[in-house]
Amino acid sequence: MRTAEEIQVLLEQVKDPEIPVISIRELGVLREVKVEGDAVEVVITPTYSGCPAMDAMQEDVEQVLRKAGIANFTVKQVLSPAWSTDWISESGRQKLLDYGIAPPPHTSDIRALKGGVPETACPQCGSTDTELVSHFGSTACKALYKCNACKEPFDLFKCL
Amino acid sequence: MKNEEALFRYAVRMGDNSLVLGHRLSEWCGHGPQLEEDIAQTNIALDLIGQARNYLTYAGEVEGKGRSEDDLAYLRTDREYLNVHLVELHKGDYAYTIARSFLFDAFHLALQQALTTSTDERLKGIAEKAVKEVAYHLRHSSEWLIRFGDGTDESHERAQNALDDLWRYTGELFVPDEAEEVLAKAGVVPHLKDIQAEWSATVDRVLKEATLKRPADGWMASGGKKGVHTEHLGPMLAEMQTLQRTYPGVEW
Ligand SMILES: [Zn+2]
Repeated sequence: MRTAEEIQVLLEQVKDPEIPVISIRELGVLREVKVEGDAVEVVITPTYSGCPAMDAMQEDVEQVLRKAGIANFTVKQVLSPAWSTDWISESGRQKLLDYGIAPPPHTSDIRALKGGVPETACPQCGSTDTELVSHFGSTACKALYKCNACKEPFDLFKCL
Repeated sequence: MKNEEALFRYAVRMGDNSLVLGHRLSEWCGHGPQLEEDIAQTNIALDLIGQARNYLTYAGEVEGKGRSEDDLAYLRTDREYLNVHLVELHKGDYAYTIARSFLFDAFHLALQQALTTSTDERLKGIAEKAVKEVAYHLRHSSEWLIRFGDGTDESHERAQNALDDLWRYTGELFVPDEAEEVLAKAGVVPHLKDIQAEWSATVDRVLKEATLKRPADGWMASGGKKGVHTEHLGPMLAEMQTLQRTYPGVEW
């Protein structure tokens, strides 16, 4: 019999299939684990309404639970309260950066609150001399930027 | 009309608006005027189709006859689709696509914002997710409309022509059908005249910056909300539904 916390740790194995360095726990997609007797309920939430990775993540969760010998489980997808980029953990933000994706601005970023583009550092060279190319990037959750210092394009995990 | 039937029709309408516009925008996949726009439109289409899945799943549950999101999307005829005309019109040139998206996005954002305080938990939950996505959609279509309007003579003319053509399809957005009236009276959904005021302010603000003229209100088309559509919807559904119609029940 495992505790909810032990199952949370177990589910660290489940990564975002589109950004395979970050786990669903660090991403904030793993909302809750409830244990009652031998019954386990895992609650997950999508980043975007049309997130195509959601069903894959659900299947991965189910597989990890089965492999760990847990037979009596349900995985539930909920929409509310809505996922926000503020839920990405500090370790998750660091892993995004190491992977070459600029982590999302905190919604408290003053430039973003004033409706402007928040200051974004290039994940390659660290320069803040960067420029937005498009609000829409390689997946629903990313925007496309370019760095004027090192001339490399990069993805930003956009604020939601 | 009972609240339950009104809720079913409302969820179907919200789902159909998103599904039909999402499908229309996906027609730009591989045909965008530049790579970034190709990617932007397909991302927006993906958001809209995701929202449609949430609404149609809910509609099926409210109806209680065991219909899934896929049954509702792929096995209804055009007369059973309840979306407004605006979203089903052909994709046209890029100015036309942008102008249509702008007119719809401005409406959609005001509506989704209001629905985040719905007394219906499911409508509220779907809106909380959708509202931030739609804010990005409106930002995208506004920026492009401004770029076209305040761009070259050619881009200005095409954007103005598109607005003039599309204006007659905006009236329908704000005329409630029976389902919308029943639910607004019950305080479940907003009154469309409140949404119209906000839409109108957004339209004026962006058109001014785009140096485009707001068309005069004249005759307005309607019928989509009761399933009477333009000639554009049928062929689109025929294409969208062809696989399920040819191989009923197929999964992949
Ligand atoms: Zn750089």
